[in-house]
Amino acid sequence: MISLEHFLVVGAVLFGIGLWIALSKRNAVMILMGIEIMLNAVNLTLLAFSRFIKSPTPIAGHVFVIFVITVAAAEASVALALIVSVYRNRGTIDIDQIDLLRF
Amino acid sequence: MTALSGFLLAEWYDLRDLGNPVHALLDWINGWGDGSTFHWVAYIVAGLIGAAAIGLFLGIAMLSLIWIERKAVSRIQIRYGPNRVGPFGLLQPVADALKLMQKEALTPLLGDKVVFFLAPVVIFIPTLLVFGVIPWGPKMTVANLNVAVLYIVAVGSATPLVIFMAGWSSNNKYSLLGAMRGIAMAISYEIPMVLSLLGVVLFTGHMDLNGIVQWQQKYHVWLIVLQPLAALTYFISASAELNRTPTDIAEAESEIVAGYHTEYSGMKFGLFYAVELGNALAVSGIWATLFFGGWWLFGLDRWVPAWLIFLAKMYVLYGALILTRGTLPRLRIDQLLDFAWKFLLPLSLVNILVVAAEVTIWQENGISAGIVLPVAAVINILLSVILIVGYTQAFGFARRQRPRRARLITDTLAAMPQ
Amino acid sequence: MSGFGPVSAFYVLAVLSIGSALAVMAARSIIHAVLFLVLFFVSLAAMFVLLSADFVAVAQLLVYAGAIGVLVVFAILLTPSREPRPMETRFVGPGLLAGAVVAGTVIFIAFNTNWSTASNDFSSTVDAIGQALLNRWALPFEIASVLLIAAMIGAIVIVGGRGIDVDPRAAGPEARLVRRER
Repeated sequence: MISLEHFLVVGAVLFGIGLWIALSKRNAVMILMGIEIMLNAVNLTLLAFSRFIKSPTPIAGHVFVIFVITVAAAEASVALALIVSVYRNRGTIDIDQIDLLRF
Repeated sequence: MTALSGFLLAEWYDLRDLGNPVHALLDWINGWGDGSTFHWVAYIVAGLIGAAAIGLFLGIAMLSLIWIERKAVSRIQIRYGPNRVGPFGLLQPVADALKLMQKEALTPLLGDKVVFFLAPVVIFIPTLLVFGVIPWGPKMTVANLNVAVLYIVAVGSATPLVIFMAGWSSNNKYSLLGAMRGIAMAISYEIPMVLSLLGVVLFTGHMDLNGIVQWQQKYHVWLIVLQPLAALTYFISASAELNRTPTDIAEAESEIVAGYHTEYSGMKFGLFYAVELGNALAVSGIWATLFFGGWWLFGLDRWVPAWLIFLAKMYVLYGALILTRGTLPRLRIDQLLDFAWKFLLPLSLVNILVVAAEVTIWQENGISAGIVLPVAAVINILLSVILIVGYTQAFGFARRQRPRRARLITDTLAAMPQ
Repeated sequence: MSGFGPVSAFYVLAVLSIGSALAVMAARSIIHAVLFLVLFFVSLAAMFVLLSADFVAVAQLLVYAGAIGVLVVFAILLTPSREPRPMETRFVGPGLLAGAVVAGTVIFIAFNTNWSTASNDFSSTVDAIGQALLNRWALPFEIASVLLIAAMIGAIVIVGGRGIDVDPRAAGPEARLVRRER
């Protein structure tokens, strides 16, 4: 018997793992991967709610997920363009070494 | 008589539609026990039957395709082709398979062994998945998805990643270069493909392939007459994704050794080769389903089994792919990318605009289909001819107007006598 | 949902998705991490199918596995790092704690809330999504297209496409787009 809580647990665990990756990796592309995992966990939770919660417009969850996918795609492209540009200027994308703004 | 035909037309032995025996078997399994405990057996059996059917068909089809392709392409190139191994070279696929199986499958020493091993395995997955959606008969689809058209594009979009896996794990700069070119080409040609399929979905209002075939059956028309631009765009984009000549810049033998499958030998290369043929058959199958009526051929499926009609259509349209392979020269990567972004994409957008306008006028005003469809067909065919001819004349490379003889003095001063 | 198929599919997919997310964390080389990320996207697409979201699942495959995966691969190839494997910051432990706290909070809330459940089993989401996107959510739909154009142009300008660059000498209102010398 699979119910709403099962999907919420999976979504929460995936969000936690994504957060862990985003906080603990030095390579900027790996941080972006952690962020994408977090966004996907949110998509899973939204769809679970759309499937299992009484609502006048149950399709709203699906529409929201489509917008999240769209925005995530746009954000990933701009983020990767920034990363490539930073690499060309600094020679590295190790976030511990791109710290010109630090005191 | 009607009782007899009613009895004959809907039973399990009606092999004109192989879904009938399968459904009867599944109903029988579902009725075991007290009617609900053994549903999982039917579930698993249905999956196994579908997978076995696709696997069996693909295996036999690839054997036949090797022979057909090599004979046909060699005849186009005015040579005999394989004719030694059996009568007319009919055992050539067996010889090819045996040769590939007994070769040593080398692995590069410094490459990534796991990814190298996985790439030919994973590249087979999209082919199998696409064949699962294609309708062979009215009840003969392995999985009749609601979003089959988009599913086909989505599953095919995994191929660039696998090409990258193959190219990167070979630890070979030519492989990586070929893989990068292959990826750039594949993602460029996905967009005109999706847009042309969108035109079909707009017109028929169905996204499931069985629904599209039944739409064509209902209106007694092949969709290629109504959507020639979409058919052409889909054919060109899908065949560009297949990595066959004229678009095989990712694996061209005379250019880049063998591109992303340079380092593959033995049966791993055999898998790449088989997948190329299987994908070509899948593209011709989808083309047949969407634009040429699928398993329906003007009512012939009352006597001839629908799956035989579909098989014949698939193989006849595969001939179009063989024709383009045999006659066209290989294009450069920048020519290919220009073609996708500057020619196919604007044409697909104009196609969608026109199709959407036609469908809106049709649905909003409730005009009968007998008037709308011929008018739409005429408009679409004229539009496609005008667009293609006009676009190439306006933006293509203009041909020299008159052949000139070589001269010492260029004709800047005065017109010289011929 | 009950029945042998959905239940077994859920557990297999949950293990697969969590496993591939953990493998992204623990991968030995960054290309392996990308491949596990694509596996994660595919397993999530399968989970979406389990939730009767067929259109979203196919969109997820197309956009994430097909496009964003390729984008991340290209970015990795264009920014090679000298380290053999992805290095970690000094926040691995605190990061794990933060992830565990967030996940634990959400799980606690999930189990202690009185959800008003219903079973919305969609028959065809494509129809409903199309209607919704063009009637009630038409404005976000149009804004999303503007967003995508802005992102495309922005990405090209940031990376510096062929011949396009912002003139570094002129700032403010006179910043012009000049041809970059190669």
